[in-house]
Amino acid sequence: MPNDEDLGAILLTLKLASLVTAILLLVGTPIAWWLAHTGSRWKGIIGALVALPLVLPPAVLGFYLLVLMGPHGPVGQFTKLLGLGTLPFTFGGLVVASTLYSLPFVVQPLQNAFEAIGTRPLEVAATLRASFLDTFFTVVVPLARPGFLTAAILGFAHTIGEFGVVLMVGGNIPDRTRVISMQIFNHVETGEYAQAHWLSAGMLVFSFVVLLVLYTLTPNPWSKR
Amino acid sequence: MKAFTRISLAVALAFSVAPAWAEDVQVAVAANFTKPMEKIAADFEKATGNKVVTSFGASGKLVEQMKNGAPFEIFLSADQKNPIKLEQEKLDVSGSRFTYAIGKLVLWSSKPGYVDDQGEILKKGDFQHIAIADPATAPYGKAAMKVMEKMDLLGTLQPKIVQGESIAQAKEFVSSGNAELGFVALSQVIKEKGGSSWMVPQSLYKPLYQDAILLKTGENSAAAKAFISYLASDAALAVIKDYGYELPSWTKTDAK
Repeated sequence: MPNDEDLGAILLTLKLASLVTAILLLVGTPIAWWLAHTGSRWKGIIGALVALPLVLPPAVLGFYLLVLMGPHGPVGQFTKLLGLGTLPFTFGGLVVASTLYSLPFVVQPLQNAFEAIGTRPLEVAATLRASFLDTFFTVVVPLARPGFLTAAILGFAHTIGEFGVVLMVGGNIPDRTRVISMQIFNHVETGEYAQAHWLSAGMLVFSFVVLLVLYTLTPNPWSKR
Repeated sequence: MKAFTRISLAVALAFSVAPAWAEDVQVAVAANFTKPMEKIAADFEKATGNKVVTSFGASGKLVEQMKNGAPFEIFLSADQKNPIKLEQEKLDVSGSRFTYAIGKLVLWSSKPGYVDDQGEILKKGDFQHIAIADPATAPYGKAAMKVMEKMDLLGTLQPKIVQGESIAQAKEFVSSGNAELGFVALSQVIKEKGGSSWMVPQSLYKPLYQDAILLKTGENSAAAKAFISYLASDAALAVIKDYGYELPSWTKTDAK
């Protein structure tokens, strides 16, 4: 059976993933919108930067975050100036790291959805004198609903499974930075296979259900339609 | 086609050097012993021509890997408990275990003048993070917990503890300044310039007898046996001492 530390890790992971998903939808939507509609020559660079965590080894991301957010790094200096202290080994640090790490999983489905809508519905809305925000919430959001759903589910699920970055900047603190994957790692490394099985099987079922829901709700979440 | 020829040539070349690997010695080494091991391995290679392949990590983790069939021939632990586990699993060459060094724990900061030489800073608790190695797998982490417990400070320090997955990561947390101070092995910081430290008195933790053991996988390897005897040689002991370890008493009584 899962012990108290396991339950703590599960709660912490759910809290982290929920918060990160909310932040990602807020931050990712404007980025995806811009990428879907811009003709700017920066599009390639920004698009590549956003997609970078897909191919970058988590250890690399973790290393740079540790250096940047540490007391000698520019981000660390800034957060200290704000009186927040430094971010490594804190829940806030994990939120920042996970947001960067899961960014492409939210931006890309949204971008695909926005591109699929095209400009025509926007132009029609404009002829009806709808303001931009009006158009966005009454035309774009309903049409891009599958995209938002895919983005939210993928962002959430990907954050749940994060390991490498947490290993680098987390510090393995119970109830603060020890997420599920970290806890599984600890169990395996100390030979507590029964505990590792509980959590791993849970993750397996969870991941399958997530994908099942995703494929049931949106016929082909990866297509551009 | 040209590319294919080139690739096959490269592959053929890569495999043609394979026989040279035959005399490799695969050694699993507790992370605290990283620096002396690098020196000892280099000296051994120079002296014998055998190549030493090392993997570093927390002792508990390395033992789990060996139980699961990791191909190590020699294990240099940070304690005696972990090699004894291998004896219980009958993975060792029986009678091969011996103490090669006695480890020393220090409280260390990369900031000069930060840690006082009495460890009073622990009582003041004027810091955000104190790094230790994971006590579940690293003997030095366990020793650090013992020290804080004995000083009756574990309750107040607990929320500030951050754990490295081995003593190497714990030291990295302190070096980068992300943790103001931490419990590390003397060998990791003895050659470090700057910084400040407190040698933790031996009365606060059990002596860290570090044992080496020859595994069944290395039973028939002349190179592995040669390394074991090299580890107990005067040349290797001099390096071990140089990195701040205390030498086991058998060095005084008999030349093993």
